[in-house]
Amino acid sequence: MNAGPLDSAFLERAPVQLRDLLCGYVPEAVRPAAEALITMVAVLAVFGLLFAYLTLAERKILGRIQNRPGPNRTGPRGVLQPFADAIKMLTKEDIVPRAADRLLHFLAPVVLVAFSLVTFAVIPFGRQLVAIDLDAGVLYFFAAGASTELAIFMAGWASNNKYALLAAMRALAQLISYELPLLLAVVPVIMVAGTLSPQGIVLAQAGWNFGVLPHWNLFTPWGLAGFCIFLVAALAESNRSPFDLPEAESELIAGHLTEYSGFKYALFFMAEYFGMCALNSLGVTLFLGGWQAPCAFLSFIPSYAWFGLKLLSLLVVFIWIRATLPRLRMDQLMRLAWKFLVPLALLNLGVVAFWQLTAGWSAPLQLVRWAASLSFIIVPFVLLGRKLSAGLGPRVYRYAAS
Amino acid sequence: MLGSGILQGLAVTAKNFFGSFHDPARFVTTQYPEERTTLPEAYRNFPFLVAENAEDPLGTLRCVACQICEKECPPQCIYIEKSKDKKPDATGKLQLYPAVFDIDISTCMSCQICVEVCPFDAIKMDQVFETATNERFNALLLHKQNLAKPNQYFHRIHPSDAAEVDARLLAERKAAEEKARIAAAAKAAVPPKAPPSAVAPTTPSSPGPAPSTDPKGLPPSSPS
Repeated sequence: MNAGPLDSAFLERAPVQLRDLLCGYVPEAVRPAAEALITMVAVLAVFGLLFAYLTLAERKILGRIQNRPGPNRTGPRGVLQPFADAIKMLTKEDIVPRAADRLLHFLAPVVLVAFSLVTFAVIPFGRQLVAIDLDAGVLYFFAAGASTELAIFMAGWASNNKYALLAAMRALAQLISYELPLLLAVVPVIMVAGTLSPQGIVLAQAGWNFGVLPHWNLFTPWGLAGFCIFLVAALAESNRSPFDLPEAESELIAGHLTEYSGFKYALFFMAEYFGMCALNSLGVTLFLGGWQAPCAFLSFIPSYAWFGLKLLSLLVVFIWIRATLPRLRMDQLMRLAWKFLVPLALLNLGVVAFWQLTAGWSAPLQLVRWAASLSFIIVPFVLLGRKLSAGLGPRVYRYAAS
Repeated sequence: MLGSGILQGLAVTAKNFFGSFHDPARFVTTQYPEERTTLPEAYRNFPFLVAENAEDPLGTLRCVACQICEKECPPQCIYIEKSKDKKPDATGKLQLYPAVFDIDISTCMSCQICVEVCPFDAIKMDQVFETATNERFNALLLHKQNLAKPNQYFHRIHPSDAAEVDARLLAERKAAEEKARIAAAAKAAVPPKAPPSAVAPTTPSSPGPAPSTDPKGLPPSSPS
C-alpha cells in the first residue's frame, strides 16, 4: 500500500468523514437531523460561493470577450466584487408597490430560491457526495425544477404590473415549452442506464476503453444529440441569453423583476444562477459521466474535483454563448422548441432504441451500428434545419447601401 | 447547415477573448487613474485666462476687461467687472484690467465662442478635466485667481496654437514700434499743428477694435 492511493482515498472520503466527525458531537437522537443540516449548509456554502464568483467570472469573461478588463477595482483583480455587490444589494431600499399583493410579492423570490436549491439534493457531486440517493432522483429533479415556473408567475402576478405580468406569461410559455425537449433529451439516458437514480446513471457510465476513452453518454450518437438538445433546453430553462425573453429589457423593462428591488432582486438573481448550476450539474451527471475521471490514470484526483471541473466548464460555455448570441424573438423561440427540438428529441428515442437492440452486434457490424445511428440523427437534423430556415435568410438589404 | 452561423459566432467571441490577453491592439482600455492617455491637442473644455508672466499671473493678464466675451457667451457664464484704474499691459501701454473675472463652469458649455471673439488672445481653452468638487455652487464658480495661467502653460497644452498666437503678437508689436518710430521721426521733422492727444483718448476706450488697429493709439502715450 503506497502513499498515492492512500492520499487519494483520504481526499475522496474527507468531506464525509468531516461530516461524521461533526455529527459525533451531537446526541444520538438528533444525529440524522444534524447530518442533513450539515449537508444543507455545505451545499448552500459551496453553491453560494460559486454563485458569487460565477457573477464575477461572467462579468470578467464578458468583458474580455468585449475587449475590456471587466471589474478590477474591488480588491486585487476585482476578487472582492461579489461582496461589494452583496453589500450594495442589502443596503438598497426594498420597494413594494402599493397595489401589489404583498404576501405573494414577498413569497415569490423565497419560493424560487427554495425550489432552485432543493434540486441539488439528488445531484451526486462525488462518489460519496450525494445528499439523498433517491431511486427516482431524475424525476424529483424535474418536479422540483418545474416548480420554479410557479414562483416566476407568482412574481409577475403579485407585482400588479403589466410588464411583469406579460413577462411572467412569456416565462411560463417558454419554460413549459422547453420542459418537453429537456425531458425527452433525458429519456434516452434513463433507457440505457435502466435507472432514474442519478448516482446509478453515473455508475452506468463508468469505465474506459483502453484506459482513455470514457464510457460517457456524450460519446454515443444518441448521447451527443441528447446533450445538444439538453444544452439548448437548459439555456432556455434557466432564462439565459439567447433565451432571456422573460426579462427582455427593450420590451419588458426587467420582466417579472420590474417591481423588485434590493435583496429580493438579489434573490431572483441567485435563484437564476442556482437553477443554471443545477441544470448543468444534471447535464454533467447524465451525459458527461458525472464525477468519473476522463482517463483511468487520472482517477487519483478526487471525484468531486472532476465534477466541479466539468460543471465549471459547462458554466463557462453558457457564459460564452451569452456573449455570442443575440436574443430570439418570441415566435422564433416557440418554433425552435416545438418544430425543431421536440421532433429531434423524439427521433433520438428511436435511435437509442436501435442502439440498445444492436448492442450485441459483432465488431464489424459495430461500424454499421455507429453509421446508422449517426445518420438517423444527422440527416433529420440537416433536413429539418433546411426546411425550417428556408426563405428566412440570408437577409437581403434592398435599401441599405451594401 | 443549421448552426454553422452559431459556431462561427462562437469562434469570433473566442478569438476576442484570447486576443484581449496578448494583443494590445484589441485590448485598448486605459486604466485611468493609474494610466493616462495623452490628450489630443485640440481637446478643450473650459476657458482660462492667459497671463504673460508666470511669477505674477494676476498682474500680467492679457485681458483688458473689454467684456466682449461676457456679452457673446451663449449661456452667460462669464461675469466681468472693469477696474477703476489702468495698469500698463505687456506692451507697456496703460489698459483697464478685470477687477473681477468669474466663469461658472457648471453653466459653461465649452463652445469656445469667448476664445473666438477675444481680440487680445487673452482667453483660451483649458484641458483640465478633473473638475469634480464636493460642492455644487461656489466650488464650480472659478475666479480670476483660478483662471489665470501663464503663457508657458498655454504653450504646453496647445503648442501650435500658442506658437501662432505668440508670432502674431510679436509681429503686431514690432509693427506698432515701427509705426511709432516713423511717427516720432515725422513729429520731430514737422512741428506739430494740432495735438494728437485730442483724438487719442477715444481710441483705447472703445472696446471693439481689433488688436492690429489698437497700437495706433500708442504714439501719444508711449514716447512721452
